[in-house]
Amino acid sequence: MTLQTSVKRNAYYDSVTLMLLSRELQKLEGVEDLLVGMGTDLNIDLARGLGLATSDFDTLTANDLFIAAKINEEIVSMQAIEEAVNDYLNKSAESDSDEDYQPTSLDSALQFMPGANMVLVSVPGQYAAAEVEDALDAGLHVMLFSNNVPVEDELRLKQKAVEKGLLMMGPDCGTAIINGVPLCFANAVRRGKIGVVGASGTGTQEVTVQIHRLGEGLSQVIGTGGRDLKDQIGGLMMIQSFEALIADPGTDVIVLISKPPDPSVAEKIYRIAKNNPKPVVIDFIGGNKGAIEAAGAIPCISLEDAAQKAVKVLRGQAFEDFKGFSLPEAQIDRIVEKEVAKLKSDQTELRALFTGGTLADEAMKLLGEHYNIYSNIPLSPEMAIENLPAGRGNICLDLGEDEFTRGRPHPMIDPQTRTEFFKSHVDGHTAVILVDVVLGFGSHNDPAGAVADSVREIHQQLSSQGKDIVVISSVCGTDLDRQDLTKSVATLEVEGIIVMPSNAQAVRLTDRVMQRMMKGV
Amino acid sequence: MSVNDLFKQELKVVNLGLKSFYSDLRTQGVTTVHVNWKPKAGGKKNMLNLLNKLNKIK
Repeated sequence: MTLQTSVKRNAYYDSVTLMLLSRELQKLEGVEDLLVGMGTDLNIDLARGLGLATSDFDTLTANDLFIAAKINEEIVSMQAIEEAVNDYLNKSAESDSDEDYQPTSLDSALQFMPGANMVLVSVPGQYAAAEVEDALDAGLHVMLFSNNVPVEDELRLKQKAVEKGLLMMGPDCGTAIINGVPLCFANAVRRGKIGVVGASGTGTQEVTVQIHRLGEGLSQVIGTGGRDLKDQIGGLMMIQSFEALIADPGTDVIVLISKPPDPSVAEKIYRIAKNNPKPVVIDFIGGNKGAIEAAGAIPCISLEDAAQKAVKVLRGQAFEDFKGFSLPEAQIDRIVEKEVAKLKSDQTELRALFTGGTLADEAMKLLGEHYNIYSNIPLSPEMAIENLPAGRGNICLDLGEDEFTRGRPHPMIDPQTRTEFFKSHVDGHTAVILVDVVLGFGSHNDPAGAVADSVREIHQQLSSQGKDIVVISSVCGTDLDRQDLTKSVATLEVEGIIVMPSNAQAVRLTDRVMQRMMKGV
Repeated sequence: MSVNDLFKQELKVVNLGLKSFYSDLRTQGVTTVHVNWKPKAGGKKNMLNLLNKLNKIK
């Protein structure tokens, strides 16, 4: 194997394009390891960490494209790899039609498209703040998808946005639907009278999907970024958006979604909730029920519960906490009995492999207090995944966290990370696999297909040991999503995967199966 | 333009960064433009700081 590198100066491509390209080329015969990236500090560190950097890297700038590959030259040449890179990038450029004029700066874009009112920023984090500042100065609303933006910059930019009466959604804001237009990762849902402000991406997606499935629709869905409700930012964007929905004649019911906020921020939100005439449904996942009720708002026990309550309030119907299942209890019992009967006595462990961060959070909150679950988002420090004893125990992972996405796309874009975890973390001791499948704009073309492929392989592998396994999933998607909800569910069910109507119900069914397992036959 | 004014308008989006977001918007028929963005000053911090200072003077 030899290490070879090649550099193309002044040729900029976005990170997702290059990460997907790297993954394609890694499959080539004769390639042991390979990285294609822009010469940013982050990528250079990554290449050094992988042993893929040479002295060529000393002069790289963020505008230079590099290819670094460990190859067996008897099988594949560096020239062939360079040609493959060029082909891929040319094809990607050709997919744009001729009419796609691409200005080179925000200023020229604004001249080209007068009346622009929203700027979507997903450039690398260290360059994002300057672009956002320019957009806000030009009086434009911003959705900032980029992560790795310093909290001081976030505060400064949000203060400026509030001063100017603008939205500054983010950083690390994954989802929004403004005036019916889904931005970044969002599901295709009908328009309606329920407005959502969310500080957590897939949590917000799950609520909008459930509202759509219940027959109602969304007026506006505003993302704030995960840090907004922390002390440093003070909920600037949650408050700005909440007040906008209160004033919006198109919104009759407001839903707020977040992990538990800083108490001082929660207090501000409760104060606004108390003094507003519209019903407010709040899911501060694991948040303070009493304080929410005292503010005259409606507390929730899950994302699905939030959607159900919002719909019932809108329709003027009575509501209570939704703790159970859409299917009758007797049917759930039959499913549990049938599934547990598949398992051998040495199959005891849970593998919950999530691509959606908030869905993983919800699973941890609903399950983590009843079972010892090792996780990268543990409920207590001793349950951190690093402390997993000899690989044995229950595991729940948020595979979208930074430690799993360094140098590779988020698993909602590219399911490969989860495919690898299926291979490395599921074995003859696994009893239950719990997964999410997130459809919608931004997501992979067929996430259900990727899960189905992995489960098929696991079934084959376990059947040689005379074993079977329980696989439970939910699909965060609608009939309007391009991946097609019905098709996705069918793809999963063909492999014997039980598809529940929500993440909360999938988690609850997992709990029932595990309880039944522990009770024994 | 306030947030509530935005709610009354057709959304027109300038996309800086991941091209797939632009493609999704185009597919939906949203008025949008993709900026052929690259880091200013070759992404070099010193040069960027200098540029930002110059812009502020302007």
